[in-house]
Amino acid sequence: MILVIARKELYMMFCSPLAWMLFASIQLLFAWFFLGRLDAFLQLQPQLIQIANPPGFTEIIVTPVFALAAIVLLLMTPLLTMRQFAEERKNHTLTLLLSAPVSITEIVLGKFLGLIVFFLGVILLMVAMFLTLLVGGTLDYGLLISGGLGLFLLICCFIALGLYISSLTTQPVIAAIGMLGVLLGFWVVDLVSSDYQGWIYLVSIFKQFELFNNGLMDTFSLAYFLLFILFFLVLTIRRLDGERLHG
Amino acid sequence: MNDERECLTLSAQHIQRNYGARIAVFDFTLQLKKGEVLGLLGPNGAGKTTTLRMITGNLAPSSGSIEVCGVDLLDEPQKAKAHIGYLPEMPPLYLEMTVDEYLRFAARLHRVSNERTTHALDRCKQRCGLVDRGKQLIGTLSKGLQQRVGIAQAIIHEPDVIILDEPTVGLDPNQMREIRALIQDLGKSRSVILSTHILSEVESVCDRVQVMHEGRMVLNETLAELRQKGANLETEFIRLTQNSQSITC
Repeated sequence: MILVIARKELYMMFCSPLAWMLFASIQLLFAWFFLGRLDAFLQLQPQLIQIANPPGFTEIIVTPVFALAAIVLLLMTPLLTMRQFAEERKNHTLTLLLSAPVSITEIVLGKFLGLIVFFLGVILLMVAMFLTLLVGGTLDYGLLISGGLGLFLLICCFIALGLYISSLTTQPVIAAIGMLGVLLGFWVVDLVSSDYQGWIYLVSIFKQFELFNNGLMDTFSLAYFLLFILFFLVLTIRRLDGERLHG
Repeated sequence: MNDERECLTLSAQHIQRNYGARIAVFDFTLQLKKGEVLGLLGPNGAGKTTTLRMITGNLAPSSGSIEVCGVDLLDEPQKAKAHIGYLPEMPPLYLEMTVDEYLRFAARLHRVSNERTTHALDRCKQRCGLVDRGKQLIGTLSKGLQQRVGIAQAIIHEPDVIILDEPTVGLDPNQMREIRALIQDLGKSRSVILSTHILSEVESVCDRVQVMHEGRMVLNETLAELRQKGANLETEFIRLTQNSQSITC
C-alpha cells in the first residue's frame, strides 16, 4: 500500500512540468557551480603539487557543491512538500485516501517515500556529475559517499518537516511559506553556531550535515537525523488522526 | 434473529458526534440490509454528511458503534473500509490524471489484485457510461462526467455498501435519470445509501427513507409503508423538518 501511494505521488509529480523543471534548473545550477569549482581547482593545481599531502578533487570540488546543494534544496523542498496534504485537502482528494482501506501511517509513509525517490534522483544526478571527474584522476569515494549520505539524510529531514507543515493547512502556499520560514530558522541557527563549541551546534541541522560532508559519520549526527525524521512523521500521523477524532 | 443479523451489511448504533459544545449528530441509528437502497433525507446542515463521514471512517463518532458486514469499523478500520465505496459530496478526483489512471489507482488503493483490475475497470466504466473516456484527463471532463468518475471510483472494488453523498447535484435531467437507473441497478445486489435533498429522487429509487433534522432522526420508514398510510413524502418532510425548527426558535 505504501508503494501504491508512493507511485501515485511520483506519477503526479512527473506528469506535471513541475518535477522536470525542478530537475533541470537544479541540475543547471549545480553544473555551473561544479564547473566553477573545477576551474578553481585547475588554477590552484600548481600550488597544490608543492604541498606534501594535497587535498584532491573531492575536497575542493565535491564538498563545496554538496554544501551549496543543501542550501538550494532548502529552497526547493517546500515547493514539493507543500502540495502533499494541503493540496489533497483543497481538492477534496484526501477523503479518497482516508476512506480507502489504508492506514494513516501508510499514507504518510507512502508520500514520504515518493518524495525520497524524487530527491534521490537529484542526488544521483549530482553524483553522476562528480563521476565525470574520474576522467582526470581519482575520487575519494569515502568522502563522496559520506557527503551524499549526509545530503540524503538532510533532505529526508526536510521532507518529514514539510509533510508535517503541509498537514496543518489547506493552502499549499501557506505550507510552503511556513516551511521556508522554519528552514531559514534552522539556517540562522547554523550561522550563529560558527564552530563546534557550545550547545548550539547540537541543535543545528546544517552542522550535522557539515560533519557528514567533511567525511565524519558521527553517531550523534546520525541519531539526530533519524530522530528528526521520526519525530515529524509521527507528528504528521497524529495530526491526520486527530482530524478524524476531533475535526 | 440470526438471519436478520446476517443480511445486515451496515449497522450504526446510537452514534453521536459533537463539535465542541455543538452536537451535529445525536443518537442516530441506521441499519441497512443487503439489496436495500436507503434514502437519507434532510435539510441543509441536518448532519447528513457528518453521518456519512462517520460511517465511512473519515470521522470518529463521539460515542456509539458502527459495524460493516459484521466488522467493527472502529476496531478494525481497514477490514471494514474494504466493504465500503464512498462518493463524498465533492468527488475526490485528481484532475491531472486520465480516467483510466485514476480508476486504476482507486482499484489498487482498495486492494483489487492486478489480474482483476482490468476486468473491474472495464466493467465499471461500462456501468457508468465512461467507456470512450478512458484516455481523457479528468480535468477536461464536464461536471456530469466527473460525477460519474466519482461514482465509478466508489464501485470499482465491488463493495457491499455503497454510500453516495448527493450524487446528482449539478447534473442535467438526462444524466440524473441515468444515475438513478445506475443506483437502482446497484441496489439489486448491494446496499446503497443515498444522501440527497431531492424528494423525487428518493421516491423513484429508494426502498426506505430516513429523515434527519438537526442531527436527529425524525422518520424511518419504508416507502411502501408510507404509501400504505397514504402519506405524501413531501408533506411529511415539511411537517417534520419545520415543526421541530419552530420548537428551537
